[in-house]
Amino acid sequence: MSFLHHDVPLTWYLLLSAALFSLGVVGFLIKRNIITVFMSIELMLNAVNLSFVVFAYQWHEVKGQIFVFFVMMVAAAEAAVGLAIIIAVFRVRATLAVDRINLMKL
Amino acid sequence: MILSLHIWLIPLLPLAGFLLNGILGSRLPRWLVSTIGLLAPFLSFVLVLNAYALTSYSAVALPYVETFPHPWIAIGGLRADFSFFLDPLSLVMLLVVTGVGFLIHIYSVGYMAHEEGYARYFSFLNLFLFFMTVLVLAGNVLLLFVGWEGVGLASYLLIGFWFQKPSAAAAGKKAFIVNRIGDFGFLIGIFLILANFGTLNFAQIAQVLTLKAAWHGGVLTAICLCLLVGAAGKSAQLPLYVWLPDAMEGPTPVSALIHAATMVTAGVYMIARTHFLFDRAPIALAIVAIVGAATAIFAATIALAQTDIKRVLAYSTISQLGYMFLACGVAAYSAAIFHLVTHAFFKALLFLAAGSVIHAMGGEQDMRKMGGLRKKIPVTFWTMTIAVFTIAGFPPLAAFFSKDAILYAAFVSGSGGVFLWLVGLLTALLTSLYMFRLWYMTFFGELRTADAHPHESPRSMRAPLIILALLSICGGWIGIESFSAYLAPSVGLHPAVSSFPHLELILTAFAVLAALEGWLIADKYYRRKTERPAQLAAALPAGYTLLANKYYVDEIYDAVLVKPLFNFSRYFLGWVVDTGILGGIAWLLAGSANLSGAILQRWQSGNLRSYAAWLTAAAAVILLFVFHASIGSYLGARGIDVQLNLHWMGH
Repeated sequence: MSFLHHDVPLTWYLLLSAALFSLGVVGFLIKRNIITVFMSIELMLNAVNLSFVVFAYQWHEVKGQIFVFFVMMVAAAEAAVGLAIIIAVFRVRATLAVDRINLMKL
Repeated sequence: MILSLHIWLIPLLPLAGFLLNGILGSRLPRWLVSTIGLLAPFLSFVLVLNAYALTSYSAVALPYVETFPHPWIAIGGLRADFSFFLDPLSLVMLLVVTGVGFLIHIYSVGYMAHEEGYARYFSFLNLFLFFMTVLVLAGNVLLLFVGWEGVGLASYLLIGFWFQKPSAAAAGKKAFIVNRIGDFGFLIGIFLILANFGTLNFAQIAQVLTLKAAWHGGVLTAICLCLLVGAAGKSAQLPLYVWLPDAMEGPTPVSALIHAATMVTAGVYMIARTHFLFDRAPIALAIVAIVGAATAIFAATIALAQTDIKRVLAYSTISQLGYMFLACGVAAYSAAIFHLVTHAFFKALLFLAAGSVIHAMGGEQDMRKMGGLRKKIPVTFWTMTIAVFTIAGFPPLAAFFSKDAILYAAFVSGSGGVFLWLVGLLTALLTSLYMFRLWYMTFFGELRTADAHPHESPRSMRAPLIILALLSICGGWIGIESFSAYLAPSVGLHPAVSSFPHLELILTAFAVLAALEGWLIADKYYRRKTERPAQLAAALPAGYTLLANKYYVDEIYDAVLVKPLFNFSRYFLGWVVDTGILGGIAWLLAGSANLSGAILQRWQSGNLRSYAAWLTAAAAVILLFVFHASIGSYLGARGIDVQLNLHWMGH
């Protein structure tokens, strides 16, 4: 059946999810290193994953869990492409500070 | 089994020649280009002869129609087919077009031998034959119009054949634009026919008119006048004749084929083809006669004072076309077509002979620099002599019969007939005068250029001259009676018959006397007393300059029509509409795009974190709105006031 303890209410999980998401947002906004920014994005995605799983458990709906797989798949693809871009950028600019990667600025 | 004449091949063969030479010609050797260029009209000519033979031995009945099984245009009540219509009229025209056309193709091989763009020339010439045969064979007005526009295009291309020469390019443009004016009238005429008859097919229009025997004048007059405008444009009649003299900028064989023998007679052909309409519109018919007579004498007077050998012939063509219109105007269509045929022979001969003279003189066209060529180029001289005597109307040469038929038809045509006849007679005298003037100035006296070495033209040029000379002699011997009997199924019988005995003989005598008188005057002024023309010109300076400058018609058109239109285009359309209004709108659009771009680009910092901050802030705002609404409804459902302290965040 289930491995989640029934005594822990839904709200706690959601609060944890929101806390993780907020951490991700803050990290995304304030960190200069592009790898950290990248990890913050992963954090946000996983925070969302957590709430998906929780809702799926709560409402006995399998859709939520399927969504999680989708998100993980996209995250994997994103990691592959993103890391490749980061390496390419580093080779050219020799830096990972996002505020110095501003060639697109007019 | 019904014999097929395969008349659809008559236009299609030259089209194939055009495509072959036009696409591949520049890469083919000259002999192959000539072979393709000559084979197409030759095979067409053979097909026409075949059609003539089969129809005259009654193996195939006329009129004979070939229709492409699929309709060309079928919209509502309008239906137009690719239908080719063969009757005596189109057969006679086809014989002239392909026969004379083939001869001129042969001549071109010699005349254009040293020219660049040899393949281009032959492909255009074949293109012309394609459209001309479509025009002649067309079974409905629309297809005729296709051919009509097409020959205009071919004419434009060939007038401007030497397009590097500004005058040739300008002449091509002028021909095209003046013809547009005529075509405008023609188009209105087609629309009126469609509106009033519901069909464009010649046979069906004729049928409708037969059913409504009492239908005269009115809208028919309007239709005929519109058609006359078209015919006047194509056949260079007053007031639209101005393009033809300039068209002489093209190569001389082109002048012979397009601007003398065939294309310019399309107007006459069109009137004869739609004669059932003109027969019901006496006012329009009278106007046709007046236009024809006026053009005939007007152009003949101009020809008197021209010094360019080709321009004399051009005005002569206009004048002879005036004769044909005069004949159409007195409903003597068969006489008009008769003159069309003989004119095709002798005028093509005149042009080709003039081309031979120009060739011999190394490109010189000014008659004042010629003279004494009689001994140097004997074949050209003798063929030209035949042509000159023919056009002057001496018996028993071709034009004697046809011109006579026209003058007779004019004389017996009713109230104004005698006047028309007098104009025609005077024109005959002038024709004889300017032609013998040309003859004397070119071939007699002494050569007036020191550095010219005249030489006879090659055989490919002499052969067509001799054949055309024979045709100019014999072309009229068929006689107007049997000719109109042959054409009667197409254009009806010659209507007017005089009760006065020997009238025809007396009129003939007058015509011959006029021709003789013209010859005598020319002989006196241009052979025996060559100083007299200059003295005469000095004595009558106003008259001479008026003629030499062609009545200043070009200048008048320029001042009255071209200049105002040009100024209107340049200043109003160009500056106000184009630069001001359209340019202003474009400037406003571009300016607003620029301005909004300049404002919006400030957001594009290029800094990843600022984008992220905007993204987060926007997401937060949206979230707050959603949150606010859902909390509101949740609490509202419990009767609690929703004006929470969240309020400040939402707004």
